Amino acid sequence: MKNVKVLGPACKTCTTTATAAQLVQIAADKLGIPVEIETVTDYAAIAGYGIVSTPGIVIDGKVVHAGSLPKQDDLVRWLVA
Amino acid sequence: MTLQSIGERTPGAAPSAAKWIGWTGVALVLWGLIYSQLAPFADWVVTVLPVRPDSPLGAAIVFFAYDTPKVLLLLTLAVFGMGVIRSFFSPERTRALLAGKREGVGNLLAAGLGIVTPFCSCSAVPLFIGFVGAGVPLGVTFSFLISAPMVNEVALGLLFGLVGWKVALVYLGFGLGVAIVSGWVIGRLHLERWLEEWVRNIRTTAVALPPEKLTAVDRIKTGVDSVRDIVGKVWPWMMAGIAAGAFIHSYVPTSLLATIMGKDSWWSVPAAVLIGIPMYSNAAGIIPVVQALLAKGAALGTVLAFMMSVIALSLPEMIILRKVLSIRLIAVFVGVVGTGILAIGFLFNALFQ
Repeated sequence: MKNVKVLGPACKTCTTTATAAQLVQIAADKLGIPVEIETVTDYAAIAGYGIVSTPGIVIDGKVVHAGSLPKQDDLVRWLVA
Repeated sequence: MTLQSIGERTPGAAPSAAKWIGWTGVALVLWGLIYSQLAPFADWVVTVLPVRPDSPLGAAIVFFAYDTPKVLLLLTLAVFGMGVIRSFFSPERTRALLAGKREGVGNLLAAGLGIVTPFCSCSAVPLFIGFVGAGVPLGVTFSFLISAPMVNEVALGLLFGLVGWKVALVYLGFGLGVAIVSGWVIGRLHLERWLEEWVRNIRTTAVALPPEKLTAVDRIKTGVDSVRDIVGKVWPWMMAGIAAGAFIHSYVPTSLLATIMGKDSWWSVPAAVLIGIPMYSNAAGIIPVVQALLAKGAALGTVLAFMMSVIALSLPEMIILRKVLSIRLIAVFVGVVGTGILAIGFLFNALFQ
């Protein structure tokens, strides 16, 4: 089971964070890799990961992406790594 | 693109680079062709409608029919070009460049990077914490936060197309000037203690993201994505702005505007700044109005001050920043930036008599 954290603000109009989480799920389902997706919305916690722009993606404790919706090809690459 | 279609895109299915670059070239040529036909198109629209071209309504319709496609075209090109340029930058890289820089040089660099670094006001808070927490001086962070929304491709592209390159250049120069000086002043005031408590305690170490290998096609796609994203978001503002511009153009008497917003009324600059703060629009909505105001004899300094105030001092952004800044710090921010904008307004009205 891989632990994936999606970092980003949560508000009514910030749908990007949720979309990023869905994209991770889609990639994981396609690969057949079980994942546990967590959304981190606390600003202090987000900053703690060292990123400046959101949405950020953290897989098993390692920051792999920040600042845009992740591309499916990249997600696949990160999830199998 | 729907979520599903993003999800279903399989690796390796990307079309060839040559095809993408070829189509980009075709799109640019097509852009030029359409752009050259705007004036005849607007005249043709009026001849089709049952209004006289020389009546106020006719003039308003010509204004609207000419400006709407023109602004839309300029906006698309500027946003696309900037999207491609921004694919070379990231907020993380900008922070690495700014961390530990001295004030002065740092303010200069921050204001410049504010133009090219991808930024949206929704991520202003993580960006602010990320910068300050990693040792970017507060004043330098402010230079970035002032420059990023104010000096952008939408404002510059539209000013260039609608008002002229001189005013666009002036806006660029003075926008950067306000960002640099205001940030420097805020830095000098040493207001770190006015940050919210939890922000002061955050210490972050910059993370090293795995390097992204972007191809030319990826960069073109970034440009197309920003067009879809930004143009898709601002077009209602733009239409409203042009409609307001058309109304001013045709119905507001020149003498009235010249009295209210002319050079001789000193109070018009502070009034323009004050009115601009609660107004929340973006450049796409405000510049068509600016164009019409200028044509009606409003003073350039007053109009510039109004525009900068609307774009740089927006209430929604302050509400977002309230999460990290104390009310006092926000007041100082508004005061310093507002004073800078005022100075520019007065300076311009004095210089261009």
